[in-house]
Amino acid sequence: MNQRSSRPGVTIVLLLYSNEIAIQFLPYSTSILNLVQLGRLRVDVVIVPATTGQLGVLPGHVATIAELKPRIMSVHDGNGVTKYFVSNGFAFVLANSFADLIAVEAVPLDRIDACLVRKGLPEFTKKLKSASTDLEKAEVQIGVDVHSALNSP
Amino acid sequence: MSAPMPFWRAAGMTYITYSNICANLVRNCLKEPHKAEALNREKVHFAISTWKDGKAEKPVVLLKFELPK
Repeated sequence: MNQRSSRPGVTIVLLLYSNEIAIQFLPYSTSILNLVQLGRLRVDVVIVPATTGQLGVLPGHVATIAELKPRIMSVHDGNGVTKYFVSNGFAFVLANSFADLIAVEAVPLDRIDACLVRKGLPEFTKKLKSASTDLEKAEVQIGVDVHSALNSP
Repeated sequence: MSAPMPFWRAAGMTYITYSNICANLVRNCLKEPHKAEALNREKVHFAISTWKDGKAEKPVVLLKFELPK
């Protein structure tokens, strides 16, 4: 955080890939997200998929905390855009134009297999009718949401 | 002031469970070398040992978290 280039921009501390470690003494498998930092990039804009809508983070953005939903996050730098599909996570925009983007899974779009997605979506939509308990319905609904988001980047 | 409760919380799921489900779904939709790596990366096993008389008994190794009976 002490190195500052002279170019104005949003600094992202991009944390991708997590490893889950469960705490033994709790009844459900809760996890501590053990985050591995991919790198620190200095970019122009990051468009972040928050649950309340798309959040465009530019330099000087007001400090915010946003919960992410399974959608695409795009990082714009100069003329290039890199897109990642984020499964879940949080975006912390700090007051000094730093943005911490933390995701359990953040995959570059070219790693997504479209066939698997197209297979999964109707499977889950079918299961939606046969799900009985609230919890099952919620799980299937999550499946439908994530697959439809993967399907339409 | 508070947002409406998300459907998964209304169904009794915690945020972490929701997050893990989403992450697993995404991982299962990856292309081949990355999918195997991701699934491998996320493998966990638990070694649970019950304590008796101040000493730990032999640990039970589990692949999924369940309290031993």
